Amino acid sequence: MKLPIYLDYASTTPVDPRVVAKMQECLSLEGNYGNPASRSHEFGWKAEESVEEARANVASLVNCDHREIVWTSGATESDNLAIKGAARFYRKKGNHVITSKLEHKAVLDSCRQLEREGFEVTYLDPDAKGIIKPEELIKNIKDETILVSLMHVNNEIGVINDIAALGEITRENGIVFHVDAAQSTGKVPIDLTNLKVDLMSFSAHKTYGPKGVGALFVRRKPRVRLEAMIHGGGHERGMRSGTLPTHQIVGMGEAFKLAEEEMSADNARISALREKFWLGLKDIEEVHLNGHEEKRVAGFLNVSFNFIEGESLIMALKDIAVSSGSACTSASLEPSYVLRALGLKDELAHSSIRFALGRFTTEQEVDYTINLVKDSVTKLRELSPLWDMYQDGIDLDKVEWVQH
Amino acid sequence: MAYSKKVIDKFEKTLKEPEKNSVGRWDPSEDDIGTGMVGAPACGDVMRLQIKCEAKDNTHVIKDVKFKTYGCGSAIASSSELVDMLKGKTLEEAKNIKNVEIAEALDLPPIKIHCSVLAEDSIKQAVEDYETKI
Repeated sequence: MKLPIYLDYASTTPVDPRVVAKMQECLSLEGNYGNPASRSHEFGWKAEESVEEARANVASLVNCDHREIVWTSGATESDNLAIKGAARFYRKKGNHVITSKLEHKAVLDSCRQLEREGFEVTYLDPDAKGIIKPEELIKNIKDETILVSLMHVNNEIGVINDIAALGEITRENGIVFHVDAAQSTGKVPIDLTNLKVDLMSFSAHKTYGPKGVGALFVRRKPRVRLEAMIHGGGHERGMRSGTLPTHQIVGMGEAFKLAEEEMSADNARISALREKFWLGLKDIEEVHLNGHEEKRVAGFLNVSFNFIEGESLIMALKDIAVSSGSACTSASLEPSYVLRALGLKDELAHSSIRFALGRFTTEQEVDYTINLVKDSVTKLRELSPLWDMYQDGIDLDKVEWVQH
Repeated sequence: MAYSKKVIDKFEKTLKEPEKNSVGRWDPSEDDIGTGMVGAPACGDVMRLQIKCEAKDNTHVIKDVKFKTYGCGSAIASSSELVDMLKGKTLEEAKNIKNVEIAEALDLPPIKIHCSVLAEDSIKQAVEDYETKI
């Protein structure tokens, strides 16, 4: 077993070696280096063929028409294009947008920009398990609502939203529905032929593909229109100009093809490891699992270890790569807004660790991590005055703290 | 963020050998003990610092120190660093310890300066508490 152990698959994934091999074919002097937009020679035709094959692979994983896939630089760009592009295009119909408090920053910051442009944005509250309830959406729809943007799988807690039910509501009300699916490809089956989703963002690097490439699904029937953000050669039917990076796109296509072939086997194996992991941790005193117990993707385990601050636990787990909802790991010194949106107390948000397992995680790594976590939690609690107080039976909520 | 080597060393030493590094607690009601507790769980750090003092003539000297800290690695390292500075100091000297001394000793980055401020606050409080008992 090699150290350090990577358990941060929600942040990014290693590129699958089979994907690397495909990409390399586009990066050599003998290889497929033409500009896919060159129509006058074989180099261009060959590159275009590869790009279209990749497009078909992406479309196949999510069951849509290949003409509905627009290449972008990643899910952040896809979110920006979908949200700002749709809101600006449909502005004459209304100026109200609905999203939620636990969206990715790419969605939240795009919505903030729309607010600066005069749009009104409603931020829905999830329930305590991290689910956006359809009732909550219905309650907030107004005559002016033109766009709803909600994520499929949350990037901190791995909870899966019922986008089928949410889509029924938006379609019935004639509202454009955008879904950020950066975390769900290869983990949850997506069937865009039947889902009432109009726009969907994808990322390659969360699904064992390369960084720097993503896609946006733009529905053709019923047709959804967007105002482009990047202007240039009119690539991607004018929605996203710029020379297509053949190697990146080929990588994404191959990664999504593998995802389609291996999703069920991957999920079965990773779920079993996750279960084993949780069984190993759950008997530690004052441990809390964050987010819904069942409605979650395979690899995610977001856990709060009460009376320990997350960053110190990460430091103690120095051979394990994980992330925390603690304020100390963020530049803003604010604890995770996602965990707070679930109604978690600040101290539990500070105490949270996100373990994200993936395709290359082994049982040995999980066993090693369980032991290290248990040992570190015991040691850090020995150091924690809060743990002392808890042991003494003091109610920490009733203590008058000297805030700073 | 990458941590300074000094923070990591201090943190790991404290975690590995807590007793040797003054982790622990005394009964705060004892006459020779001063206790300071600062911070809040909601903010992500709480320090409890205790000093054991001895009076010689009219000066009171810190003979021993114990602490426990809930917080990030820098907070734990800051309190541990402070403990090293305190042993053998008079109350007056202890009160004059400034957070910059701790921050410099540990190469704390700007975003972690508040950890050293908290450490400074904890010693001020511990001394105040002891002084009410004299």
